[in-house]
Amino acid sequence: MKHARVIHQGSVQRAIERDGQLLLADGQLVPLEAVTWLPPLEPVPRPRTILALGLNYADHARELAFKAPEEPLVFLKGERALNGHRQATRRPAGVEFMHYECELTVVIGRTAKKVRRDDAWDFIAGYTVANDYAIRDYLENWYRPNLRVKNRDGATPLGPFLVDRGDVPDPMALALRTTVNGQVTQSGNTKDMIFDVPFLIEYFSSFMTLQPGDLILTGTPDGVVDCRPGDVVVTEIEGLGALMNTISST
Amino acid sequence: MTWLPAGTVYGTLLNQRSEYEALAPHMHDAPYKAPPRAPVLYVKTANTFNPDGGAIALPAQVPEVEVGATVGLVMGAAGQVQGCVLLNDVSVPHASLFRPPVKFKCLDGFLGIGSGVRNVDPASVQIEVRVNGDLRQTVRFDALVRDPGQLLAAVGEFMTLGEGDVLMLGCDAARPRARAGDRIELRSAALGRLGHTLVAEAA
Repeated sequence: MKHARVIHQGSVQRAIERDGQLLLADGQLVPLEAVTWLPPLEPVPRPRTILALGLNYADHARELAFKAPEEPLVFLKGERALNGHRQATRRPAGVEFMHYECELTVVIGRTAKKVRRDDAWDFIAGYTVANDYAIRDYLENWYRPNLRVKNRDGATPLGPFLVDRGDVPDPMALALRTTVNGQVTQSGNTKDMIFDVPFLIEYFSSFMTLQPGDLILTGTPDGVVDCRPGDVVVTEIEGLGALMNTISST
Repeated sequence: MTWLPAGTVYGTLLNQRSEYEALAPHMHDAPYKAPPRAPVLYVKTANTFNPDGGAIALPAQVPEVEVGATVGLVMGAAGQVQGCVLLNDVSVPHASLFRPPVKFKCLDGFLGIGSGVRNVDPASVQIEVRVNGDLRQTVRFDALVRDPGQLLAAVGEFMTLGEGDVLMLGCDAARPRARAGDRIELRSAALGRLGHTLVAEAA
């Protein structure tokens, strides 16, 4: 099942995809364009932990002139960084290079502490698509990538759907791609991750307990290009959906 | 009653003058290559929240931790500060500040949280750090690199701190270290007391 969270006629509600439309919790069947999309996440009782990987595809590490990491390069986000499908993300004035990052995103489904790799799949609720924008101008070598680059309001669109784990037979073999104004600029496959999803769940849960609703953004392959105001950026992962975002200047 | 942050807890690196000055001679060296231009922040995730009186479990590979006595600005509505809370930003000691400190700062129970939010002037706050009763450090907040107003403005340039979010003002240099069996207590006339016992994590 593909789950969404949307605003329709002023009220926030859950929805599921049905025959190319949205079946809302209130029973209405509406076109995908008839709603305002929120990140496909239920509210959680505590602040949500949002882990994101840097340099988790060897080709992207090469592209950015780093050697592949020996352990995961991870950073954190606050929930205000998230944004919905079909929303806009701001490019600050004067910036030289702002790029998307199409990322397979894991949504945790059960409390996960000291999980072994072989059991990791059981702790996943499902998957969604993230576009984890970075503003390269602001990179500094202090806790890099620093929050000014990666934790900007609304600079991490997520969605459109949360797809149940059982509906994704092999998350480690999904084609992903990004288009900017319809042109393919990034193309890769989740099989090329350096640290795969079960590894990441084992690694993080070895020192921190993850809770239902927590997220792991698993990094992006090469092919990142500068995005300008007005650009329409679609990050898409096979079987999960196409997440659309536009770049704004305000 | 136990108070826990409703939003994201952000820590601030290098905002205590002594901490900044200790590192200043090396800021142009690799891997940093330049002093930071914007506030350097990190996140303390919800799994770290540990109310007063609890135990902090040290994994086998963590023989000791740093005690990070600090003040958290608790945000209210419309970008206003609702009040201050006493915090113990516990860390695994780490020399390099190049990569985000997730595995050093986000272990379960690694953020001691004072029992409530109080409306005080952060510049007036002093915190005594005691380990097993011995005074090991006194932390003040009247001469920060960025005072609370400057820090909020600099952070607000690139992200919104919303209601429930917490922004820590920074930890002082020469942070005391403690190990399993030790009792840590933070005492502040303005913000109250905050105590934890370090224990070895069960195998």
